[in-house]
Amino acid sequence: MYLDSDNRPAITPQLAFRVAVIGGFALVMFAIIFFRLWYLQILSGDKYLAEASNNQVRDIVVPAPRGDILDRNGRILVDNRVSIAVQLEANRIPPRGPARTALLRRLQPILRVSPRRMDREIDEQRKLLPYANVTLKQDVSPAVRNFVLERQDRFPGVRVERIFLRSYPHKELAAQIFGTVGEISPDELEESRFRGVEQGTIVGKGGLEHTYDRYLRGRPGATRIQVDAFGRSTGIFPKREPLQGKQLKLSLDLDLQRAGQEAMSEAGGIPITDGVKNRGGAFVAMDPRTGEVVGMGSFPSFDPNLFAKPLRPSVFRRLNSEDTGAPLVNRATAGAYPTGSTFKLVTAVAGLQSGTISPDTVINDPGAIQIGNIEFQNARRTAHGPVAMRDALRVSSDVYFYRLGQQMNGIGGDILQRWSRRLGMGRATGIDLPEEREGLIPSPAWRDRLYRRKLTDRPWSVGDNVNLSVGQGDLQATPLQLAVAYSAVVSEGRVPTPHLGLRIEDGAGRLLQKVEPPPARRVKIDPAHRQAILDGLEQAASAPGGTSTDVFAGFGRTVLGKTGTAERPGQADQSWYVAYGPDERRPIVVAVTVEQGGFGAESAAPAARLILSEWFGVEKKLVRGSSATF
Amino acid sequence: MEASAARTPIHRRVEDATGPSRPSLGIDPLLLLATLGLLVCSLVVLGAATQDDVPGSPYYYVVRQGVYAAVGVALMIAVTRVDYSRIRELKYGLYGVMIGLIVLVIGVGSTARGSRRSFDLGVIAFQPSELGKLLLILTLSAFVVDRVRRLRDRDTTARAMLVALAPAMLVLLQPDLGTSLVYVVIVLAVLFVAGTPGRHFAALAAIGAVGVAFSLVAAPAVGVEVLKPYQKERLTAFLNPSGDPGDAGYQQNQSRIAIGAGQKTGRGEDATQTRLNFLPEHHTDFVFAVVGEEYGFLGASIVLSLFALLIWRALRILTMAKNLYGALIAGGIVAMLMFQVFVNVGMTIGIMPITGVPLPLMSYGGSSVLMTLLAVGILQSIHVQARIASHAKGRVPSL
Repeated sequence: MYLDSDNRPAITPQLAFRVAVIGGFALVMFAIIFFRLWYLQILSGDKYLAEASNNQVRDIVVPAPRGDILDRNGRILVDNRVSIAVQLEANRIPPRGPARTALLRRLQPILRVSPRRMDREIDEQRKLLPYANVTLKQDVSPAVRNFVLERQDRFPGVRVERIFLRSYPHKELAAQIFGTVGEISPDELEESRFRGVEQGTIVGKGGLEHTYDRYLRGRPGATRIQVDAFGRSTGIFPKREPLQGKQLKLSLDLDLQRAGQEAMSEAGGIPITDGVKNRGGAFVAMDPRTGEVVGMGSFPSFDPNLFAKPLRPSVFRRLNSEDTGAPLVNRATAGAYPTGSTFKLVTAVAGLQSGTISPDTVINDPGAIQIGNIEFQNARRTAHGPVAMRDALRVSSDVYFYRLGQQMNGIGGDILQRWSRRLGMGRATGIDLPEEREGLIPSPAWRDRLYRRKLTDRPWSVGDNVNLSVGQGDLQATPLQLAVAYSAVVSEGRVPTPHLGLRIEDGAGRLLQKVEPPPARRVKIDPAHRQAILDGLEQAASAPGGTSTDVFAGFGRTVLGKTGTAERPGQADQSWYVAYGPDERRPIVVAVTVEQGGFGAESAAPAARLILSEWFGVEKKLVRGSSATF
Repeated sequence: MEASAARTPIHRRVEDATGPSRPSLGIDPLLLLATLGLLVCSLVVLGAATQDDVPGSPYYYVVRQGVYAAVGVALMIAVTRVDYSRIRELKYGLYGVMIGLIVLVIGVGSTARGSRRSFDLGVIAFQPSELGKLLLILTLSAFVVDRVRRLRDRDTTARAMLVALAPAMLVLLQPDLGTSLVYVVIVLAVLFVAGTPGRHFAALAAIGAVGVAFSLVAAPAVGVEVLKPYQKERLTAFLNPSGDPGDAGYQQNQSRIAIGAGQKTGRGEDATQTRLNFLPEHHTDFVFAVVGEEYGFLGASIVLSLFALLIWRALRILTMAKNLYGALIAGGIVAMLMFQVFVNVGMTIGIMPITGVPLPLMSYGGSSVLMTLLAVGILQSIHVQARIASHAKGRVPSL
């Protein structure tokens, strides 16, 4: 016992133990905290520092304007305009319900759009592009932009974007070839052709925009901004300037294109924009040597500026409807029809090259022939008498070609079908547009296969070949394919690959890259045979009795041309014409078709004359022919 | 803990720093140092963290916290001079005041972020539940002292639990889960220091486990939500803090990033987590993360050392107390401080759930600062009384 035991505070061992427990616990806790701090700050400090830096910066994609599309003379066909758009971020769109309603109510007085309409807009746009931001309104004023940006807390997920919209100054002119643009889809992001493209980038969804997207697209820029926790910008560091896409120069000639449109309207009587069912047409004009397409039109057409705005499903349905003539379809490359007598060129080449006939073989044309148990006749049973190749083409003797078809069928080996394919029918022409149809060359194998599958009522018969020889029956070909076939014949057997793209240029028009289409395929055609055919085509447009002689009366230049009249079940005849305007410097092949246009000389040939007039600088005159031939 | 050992006193020397000549000023200088040091740290950290929080007045929070600290220190010194033993006589009144205030605040308090915790008194948003922590310690200790001879009765433990759980439940209704947990910790600590048998704690743990299971699983199943969904989310988010950075784990994630980014000596002016508001509640619950980011491991270590000093001195005062009441009060205060420090710091470094417990003396907030300083004042009072008692006993023979 110590002396001063009484004046020392004494505690029991139990209490001491308890205090030791509490103290020990505190010690352990401090140790844990200490080691945790050591781990966070000393061992992983760099990682967290990087995370903190990432936290405060946001990379904002600055869209790049797409490259302009020009005609062959540098005139603008497609460019961009800037618009301020109020959008809802794709992943922050409130679900249907009070939250969305409240947000839209707050936006109503600013955007002057009713909440119900915006609500519908959201659902409709999400249906079309579920991954993309929803555009509530475009072309808002800077005041609206500032109002929304300054009150981000009131408008969560609402963004104001400066966007580039495609602008088409010539409206419906060549509308189908350009295609639309839109935000890249998740599926497209996976595709190799879009490698390196960032999400949210605008890419070509069809037409030339799709084919040449790589060049037109440009490179989006990025701005790095410092933001606080509420996403408010506290500083901007420019990181990468957006780079406008490259300029695409087309082989298209704006004047010819416009002339083609006027010709289709005047001569073909086709409504240009407000289409009706089964009343359409198309034309193609190309350089037969190179395949450069100088004009391509499909009607009815539409104003592609519609696609620069969020598209109403109702409008979209109307643009795709048969009842309005399906204006989105490019009939020049995707309209597959029987071509009537314009196909006789192919039959002639096949007959001559296969040795089935010679240029001077004479066939009597009494106006109709009996093949099997079917009587095939000329239009209005006109008898042309004995005709050889040149005259047969001049007067468009069906009987002559019926016989040819019959004989080739008898020889076998699909002579006509093989030559059709060699001249580019029944296969893709390879034009630089994604929407192209191959058409159909009916063959014994094709029909017999259908018959075996019970998809048709009879096997192949000679009548099928007879029909094909004059471009009727099951044949399906596009105006472009016809233009290619005629080009092949007039340019000594070189089957050109048609194309619209000519050059890739920088913004100042300097050449960056030439568009090199695949080299022309070679088809051997005997010069004598070819000459006979060309003579026949020339006489058809100039000699007495020629099917389009009256159409080209007074034209003042040599024109080779073939009329065609395709019979289509349940409709008036479809008018066809393919013309060749020889020229040292700028030869041209023009193919024209007018749905329900009657005989070839009635509407398609006059339209072709108007187009050729523009091309060669001849005074334009609408002359309708009187020839009634298929 | 055998009875024979209990009769053997241990004797320890008192390190007599101030000397016997000034017994009336027998405060613990290290405790005072820790207290003032933490207050200074608080003002410095708030000054750095809240410059841009209130546009136009960069020192809004610093000035207010300074005023609270000054008033609190004055109160602390005043309390130092009061014999805490007298408070025992007021236990019913104080308990009544505590319950009354908490009930009142639920009824007419001002709502902040969905919970009613405070009275808006203009200059200060007075939180009765903060003061309640101290009142509970004082009244509960008095209650336990009264029944010290029947400590082994289950009855005593049960009643003590009831005394504490009544206000705890009321606070939970506000809702303020963190504070009600502090109340529970206080009662457990007071009982532990008093010497409640271990089996009572075991039973309490079992009941607690059943209660938690009931409130989290069974009650929601029949449609009664004891905890709000956000509370449950916050409590579980720390288990997987990176899971959803946009949601419950966000605060914890940002806090961890802030502390980690501070590295050895802190980011100072470049502390973007704090200054660009990525760190939520950076002046209140997450003030320690600000320390971590702005002043690094070094700053955090200093603050933690001050807390260690505070807790060590409080524990020492617990052993010195002249009577059981003082020891129990000190035990309650030390438990309260420890719980708040460990839960708050643990929360900011991602090893504890988010419960909204302020960091004593550091977090901005008048109620918390005043209450903590009052508590430290009472600790000092216990120290002073212990010194007076020992001097008095020492002087008896010389008189």
